[in-house]
Amino acid sequence: MNATSDIAVVVDGVHKVFGGGGADDVTALAGIDLAVAPGEFVSLIGPSGCGKSTLLRLIGDLLEPTAGTVTVFAKPAHQARLDQDYGMVFQHPGLFDWRSVAANIELPLELHDWSKADRSARSAAMLELVRLEEFGGHYPRQLSGGMQQRVSIARALSFEPRLLLMDEPFGALDEMTREHMQGELLRIWRETETTVVFVTHSIPEATFLSNRVVVLSPRPGRISSVVEVDLGDRTDDTREDPEFFRVATEVREALRAVEAGE
Amino acid sequence: MANKRMLRTAVTMAVAVVVLVALWEGYKWVGDQTGGTWPGTTVDLPVTSNDITMPHVGDIAGELFDDIRAGRQTMPMTLYLAKKAAVTFLEATIGFTLGVVVGMGLAVLMLRWRFAERGLLPWINVSQTVPLIALAPIVVTWARLQGYPDMFGIALISTYLTFFPVAVSGLRGLQSPDVDHVELMRSYAAPWWATLVKLRLPAARAYLFPAFKLAATLSVVGAIVGEISIGTKTGLGRAILDFAQRYAVWPERLYASVIAASALGLFVFGLVNGAEWLVMRRSRQVAG
Ligand SMILES: Nc1ncnc2c1ncn2[C@@H]1O[C@H](COP(=O)(O)OP(=O)(O)OP(=O)(O)O)[C@@H](O)[C@H]1O
Ligand SMILES: [Mg+2]
Repeated sequence: MNATSDIAVVVDGVHKVFGGGGADDVTALAGIDLAVAPGEFVSLIGPSGCGKSTLLRLIGDLLEPTAGTVTVFAKPAHQARLDQDYGMVFQHPGLFDWRSVAANIELPLELHDWSKADRSARSAAMLELVRLEEFGGHYPRQLSGGMQQRVSIARALSFEPRLLLMDEPFGALDEMTREHMQGELLRIWRETETTVVFVTHSIPEATFLSNRVVVLSPRPGRISSVVEVDLGDRTDDTREDPEFFRVATEVREALRAVEAGE
Repeated sequence: MANKRMLRTAVTMAVAVVVLVALWEGYKWVGDQTGGTWPGTTVDLPVTSNDITMPHVGDIAGELFDDIRAGRQTMPMTLYLAKKAAVTFLEATIGFTLGVVVGMGLAVLMLRWRFAERGLLPWINVSQTVPLIALAPIVVTWARLQGYPDMFGIALISTYLTFFPVAVSGLRGLQSPDVDHVELMRSYAAPWWATLVKLRLPAARAYLFPAFKLAATLSVVGAIVGEISIGTKTGLGRAILDFAQRYAVWPERLYASVIAASALGLFVFGLVNGAEWLVMRRSRQVAG
């Protein structure tokens, strides 16, 4: 057992520069250090273009850092991806139009060589989890945006990934659907005990969902502050809890400081 | 719903035929009235309207049902042409199938290796500028030297035309998935071939079927040109060649064979359309 084995994600001194060394290079991230504990829910928040998606994609091994290392479950991120430790949800549901809802959820299971019976049993269970039991045989275009996003969450969770990476998954939803989805996500997170790194623009969302909110500053992206959130088990009343407002205000002020360039 | 659309297609086609016939006969009538000039002028019509250049539609149709002597037998022209067309159809089918295999193979190759795309795509484009008439004897002679039947040589010529749209559209289709979808597959650590089979090929279908339709029609053209340029003893190309030589005395027959060629083209087009309908049925069900 080494020191990092009980930490889910370790981002160590990561820099990311886009471009080939010319004048128009963009330094997206500079000197990022971040550790996420197993079962923790961490949100990344910050102004547009500060590198939230880039950081998430670095953790998921969809990008390689220019300098520094990303370690996931005590392995290099690349190995974690090959070990299929990741479930990813992007801003767009990204379902395959030609597959039924159930078949979309089963896609990662097919790739992981599950048997047909196991696949259908699991997709049925996942549909229940996201409350879309009757829609397994439907096609993505027959569903609303919010329903599609729930399918994409079910798809990401279907093989019980150890790490869930979500990039503004509720960005396109209206406020009520969004709050409903947040509740569902927390319920699923508690039931599956997975680790979540979650990118968002929304202060209430970050506050409501997270154990910790990481505030990033732009150009180049750095971690400017980390807000601990201790709201206990979330319910609908949590959103009206004075403590909720206190934490949200703290996040807001951290963001203001970042925008003001302090 | 499908029936309604088929009915609409049938009606549209019937109307198109009627309009064409009316234009043809109307043009002939005007020509007859004016002695071959635009009405009220002395300017010649672009095409002379006499019965040799433009036989009456009725005569062409009648020719289709007249008997023709083929060797020792006599049979209606329709049957005669249908038999010839069956040979051409077989050649075109082999040519089409090979063309799809070659075209898809090239598309996958170019998808897999960028340098293959850079190296191959220009040549694939150049290939279509080589005149078929020049290429046909070379291919057929080569095939004969290898001991292959002429039918195979002809099919190869047809392949030469069909692989092109398949390769070009196939590559575009295989490259069509969103970055999001490709990254999703990457996040599952899906191997290259799994991404091909589960994402790129299904996404390419919308690009491939239009290419297949074009390729199907081209496969008939290729087969006929192949037949003509090597002078086979059978096939629609043979019929066209024979009737063309006696065009001055019996123009209706050449027109009848041209109609048979078009009908064969429509038939293969329809086959691909049907295949598309079967394959795309589910995604279309929900498109509306
Ligand atoms: N593939 C790329 N090539 C070049 N530059 C990139 C690339 N991806 C991101 N960038 C740059 O890196 C910076 C951070 O981008 P990123 O997408 O991570 O921001 P973000 O915080 O997710 O923004 P948003 O909140 O708008 O989604 C931006 O300046 C962007 O222009
Ligand atoms: Mg982003």
